Amino acid sequence: MFFIASLILALALVHKPLGDYMARVYSGPPGRERVLYRLLGVRPDIEQRWPSYARALLAFSLISVLVVYGLQRLQHHLLLSLGFDAVPTHVAWNTAISFVTNTNWQAYAGENTMGHLVQMSGLAVQNFVSAAVGMSVAVALIRGFARRGSETIGNFWVDLIRGTVRILLPIAFVGALILVAGGVVQNFTGPHEIATLAGGTQHMTGGPVASQEAIKELGTNGGGFYNTNSAHPFENPQTWTNWIEIFLLLLIPFSFPRTFGRMIGQLRQGYAILAVMAILAVLSVILLNVFELSGKAIVPQAVGAAMEGKETRFGVAGSATFAAATTLTSTGAANSAHDSYTPLGGMMTLLNMMLGEVAPGGTGSGLYGMLILAVITVFIAGLMVGRTPEYLGKRISAREIKLASLYFLVTPVLVLTGTGIAMANRAGLAAMLNAGPHGFSEILYAFTSAANNNGSAFAGVTVNTPWYCVALGLCMAFGRFLPIIFVLALAGSLARQQAVPVSAGTLPTHRPQFVGLVAGVTVILVALTFLPALALGPLAEGVH
Amino acid sequence: MAVAAGLLDPRQLVTSLPDAVRKLNPLTLWHNPVMLIVEVGALATTILAAAEPSFFAWAIAVWLWLTVIFANLAEAVAEGRGKAQAASLRAAKRDTTARLHESGGVVNASDLRPGDLVVVEAGEIIPGDGDIVEGIASVDESAITGESAPVIRESGGDRSAVTGGTKVLSDRIIVRITQKPGESFIDRMIALVEGADRQKTPNEIALNILLAALTIIFLVATATMQPMAIYARDINPGVPDSLALTADGVSGVVLVSLLVCLIPTTIGALLSAIGIAGMDRLVQRNVLALSGRAVEAAGDVSTLLLDKTGTITLGNRQAAAFVPASGVSPAELAAAAQLASLADNTPEGRSIVVYAKEAFGLRERELIQPRWVPFTAQTRMSGVDVADRQIRKGAASAVMNWVRVHDGHPGEQIRGLVDGISASGGTPLVVGEVNGGQARVLGVIHLKDVVKQGMRERFAEMRRMGIRTIMITGDNPLTAKAIADEAGVDDFLAEATPEDKLTLIRKEQAGGRLVAMTGDGTNDAPALAQADVGVAMNTGTSAAKEAGNMVDLDSNPTKLIEIVEIGKQLLITRGALTTFSIANDIAKYFAIIPAIFAAVYPGLDALNVMRLATPQSAVLSAVVFNAIIIVALIPLALRGVRYRPSSAADLLSRNLYRYGLGGVIAPFIGIKLIDLVLQHLPGMS
Repeated sequence: MFFIASLILALALVHKPLGDYMARVYSGPPGRERVLYRLLGVRPDIEQRWPSYARALLAFSLISVLVVYGLQRLQHHLLLSLGFDAVPTHVAWNTAISFVTNTNWQAYAGENTMGHLVQMSGLAVQNFVSAAVGMSVAVALIRGFARRGSETIGNFWVDLIRGTVRILLPIAFVGALILVAGGVVQNFTGPHEIATLAGGTQHMTGGPVASQEAIKELGTNGGGFYNTNSAHPFENPQTWTNWIEIFLLLLIPFSFPRTFGRMIGQLRQGYAILAVMAILAVLSVILLNVFELSGKAIVPQAVGAAMEGKETRFGVAGSATFAAATTLTSTGAANSAHDSYTPLGGMMTLLNMMLGEVAPGGTGSGLYGMLILAVITVFIAGLMVGRTPEYLGKRISAREIKLASLYFLVTPVLVLTGTGIAMANRAGLAAMLNAGPHGFSEILYAFTSAANNNGSAFAGVTVNTPWYCVALGLCMAFGRFLPIIFVLALAGSLARQQAVPVSAGTLPTHRPQFVGLVAGVTVILVALTFLPALALGPLAEGVH
Repeated sequence: MAVAAGLLDPRQLVTSLPDAVRKLNPLTLWHNPVMLIVEVGALATTILAAAEPSFFAWAIAVWLWLTVIFANLAEAVAEGRGKAQAASLRAAKRDTTARLHESGGVVNASDLRPGDLVVVEAGEIIPGDGDIVEGIASVDESAITGESAPVIRESGGDRSAVTGGTKVLSDRIIVRITQKPGESFIDRMIALVEGADRQKTPNEIALNILLAALTIIFLVATATMQPMAIYARDINPGVPDSLALTADGVSGVVLVSLLVCLIPTTIGALLSAIGIAGMDRLVQRNVLALSGRAVEAAGDVSTLLLDKTGTITLGNRQAAAFVPASGVSPAELAAAAQLASLADNTPEGRSIVVYAKEAFGLRERELIQPRWVPFTAQTRMSGVDVADRQIRKGAASAVMNWVRVHDGHPGEQIRGLVDGISASGGTPLVVGEVNGGQARVLGVIHLKDVVKQGMRERFAEMRRMGIRTIMITGDNPLTAKAIADEAGVDDFLAEATPEDKLTLIRKEQAGGRLVAMTGDGTNDAPALAQADVGVAMNTGTSAAKEAGNMVDLDSNPTKLIEIVEIGKQLLITRGALTTFSIANDIAKYFAIIPAIFAAVYPGLDALNVMRLATPQSAVLSAVVFNAIIIVALIPLALRGVRYRPSSAADLLSRNLYRYGLGGVIAPFIGIKLIDLVLQHLPGMS
């Protein structure tokens, strides 16, 4: 209880100054990053219309994929390879997409696949920039709401550089230092053979872990240096580092609503969005804790607690809270095996992702996802007050609702068709290590995690096969970039509009009424979409 | 008009049935993708039922067809009401001939071109829309307005427009035709009430997109359920086949049932009926919206421009007080004022006589050889000379000057009274007399604009709805302010010229507001065209009627307020039924999911919260509920959700409870009740 309460308190204290700071970074004059603009030939005074903003973003992401892919394929020729061979084609492709899309799904085990150079110059770099890309899209959408009669929505390169240099780098730097103080390793050593307490031997690899760990959480990435991710003692040694990691991964997503409120000049609208996120998040954390602590499953009831798959140093609550936080944000890091959770606890982690990663979601992506849901809610509710629906003074007419609907369609369609195809073909079924509803949940989880760019795994599925690498890679790519294109298009059409002045006839979007409505619409839409799948997985397993 | 407002006559359902069946044609249904999918599903189910006949399969097939027919019925009933009106309009559009003015030749009315001059005499039908260029006539316009009292139309001014199909009752007029062939006012009216060229409005398009998106989601959810179900069945080989689930997966009939129950059929079925009924409600109030877009815009209006005269005030100034000069008794002033006004036939003059009678009991009197002095623009006063007494009333400066000329002294007190009345927004008329060579001022008549009853409350209502009211008047700012305060409008535009109006509209629109106004004169046309909702009075000029996007056949400017309410009601009805439709899905899942899968995973029977009897009865009950709810909601779709002006937040709360929460709960009860009946049918176990 103290663990959760102190987290909430810390976030409540920090989100205002950080949110305000981010608003200043994205709307203020250039700071020290001016050097970078000159170096890269970026003209910070020139703004882009949405299509060129989107083209720049896609081009940058494509180049990123090629670089990360190339580094993995050429790793045996590179420094600090630790003697690892080139990563197989399909795994390298999957990993490249995974890190560029901020998913950080890992079809490999970090400590025995990737050398230090690939980890640092490929994966860690993407941990920063993929987060900054998400943030830039959110900022572009905010500008869409804030601007009146504007053709442009900002400059992608400027947003990317500012987000990376002035927000992510400084916080990650401090975060890494704190983690090192807590015992997270930071060195360049290769594999050591060590004797274990049980009498066997084990390979342990050191590496630049802390620097990667901080941004892994801060940028809601989640790709662990080690295969066991934040359950590994070198990544997450003790209870208070666990707290820090959860704090870091919630930090930016929960501060973005403040940035939003600040940039549109109506703080209360930001609070409303924050409230929706917080309500959903708190509900989810509580439910997940209840399901795990009450341990309604066969093994937990036999041994007295749902401790299977959890680290003793974190305990049930420390694990369940981490699991909720990591799936609620698009982080996907893990300090316990979600696969071993009680069926209904596992369902909560699934549901968290199915919400569309909005409570509070990934860096930037959480905010723009939530704003899309707000737009859809405004459309339905707005009609009920007898006016053409409008949100923050911008009319939600055919074009806006088309883009919002398309956004909303992408991930459910990817998750359900992906899972459906996997269940209908031999390559999909062959990878299942467990049969029955639990095995089905594992596949559902894999596609949900990939399409929503979460990256956490239920495990239990052999996902490094070519079929899964390709299928999940496609889900990650489409699940990331299609929504981004729709959001940017929406930003463009909103920015062009003049604003409708507020009157008593305007649907107020800052009151508890609206907060409850958005939360309700989100839950109902998600429940309606996924109920059949959930019924055949976790519900079949968990309801007796 | 003949069609009764609001309520749905059950007979209409029966008479519209043939139309509903005709609309099963997929080419007709194409515009409604949600229902098209239901039809495809019904067809597929029928084929499946024919291939493997069972009572259950046939029952589902029949009810799916009924679902489509019910949806078509909603549209057909809504259209049917318009058709009755169209028929009566067609009767007015008989083939007429026209006599050309210049050549005197007779041509067919349908051959008339804009600019042609035609002569129409008493007893003849006016052959086309146009403006009177010569003459005056009384015209029977009942064919269009339903109002049997004849109206006067005359050349020049703002009452020169005539409509084809109406009948001249007296006199002879020359009309310049303004319509193109086939595009007359009546033609447009017929097309409108029939919904022939009904186009989807912007908001309807947006809603359709959302419905399409929901449909796609549910299509994917049901389609992808199949491989998942096959897998679930595979790993539980001991479970016997059921009607819903076999080794081949969920049966086609059940899958289609689930899909139809989930996609937003309720709103999909009623959407076009809601739109047609909205237009219909306007027609019942004798307002013709020339586009559905205008009706929707009416709901969005945030600024109303209202002409003072006729809309806010009764139209004429009326005597409200007699303020005597010192040394004059009120009765004395009243008597003089009445005498001076006896021959004054202006509304103001008459109101003085009426007021004198009401307040002082003065009756009209016969005068001995009176010499009436009429009002002229030069003298700016009128009055009467009786024997050696001369009485004048008129503009303050004119009468006071007249008194001075006759060696009288108006006195400072009068100047003060006059200024006081002006400042309060009234119009002062000074009464003076010369009696036996003695000239003096008797006092001042206070003429006042009388604000219509109930306007203050209406404007307060508007304010609660978030609508700003602006009064437009030609009065000076002082007078305008006084009336604006009394009527309770938010703002006013004084000494307004047509250009001022246009500028005001543009300014409001630049601030993102939608503007509605009424107008009748030709000089209103630019403003009517610029306004988002421009309601032209039917008595107005054809230029005004061309420029606006609505025509009020009753020519009642106050109706603008009702138009706004109808626009809002239309949007609210759509939103409410959409919410209801989506909320319904929850219960349907609880009916169908356990019905399919409880055999494989007995734990899922816990989801069967309604305790429906058997899987078959559960699925059929959901499908039947889904169909019946459409019929049950047709009256609501036609009537519109009840609308009380209030703030957006209050409206939302109320509608959310009723249609959101109600939409969640209603199907649980409905499906359970249907199941209680259906479980006794054969083939349900």
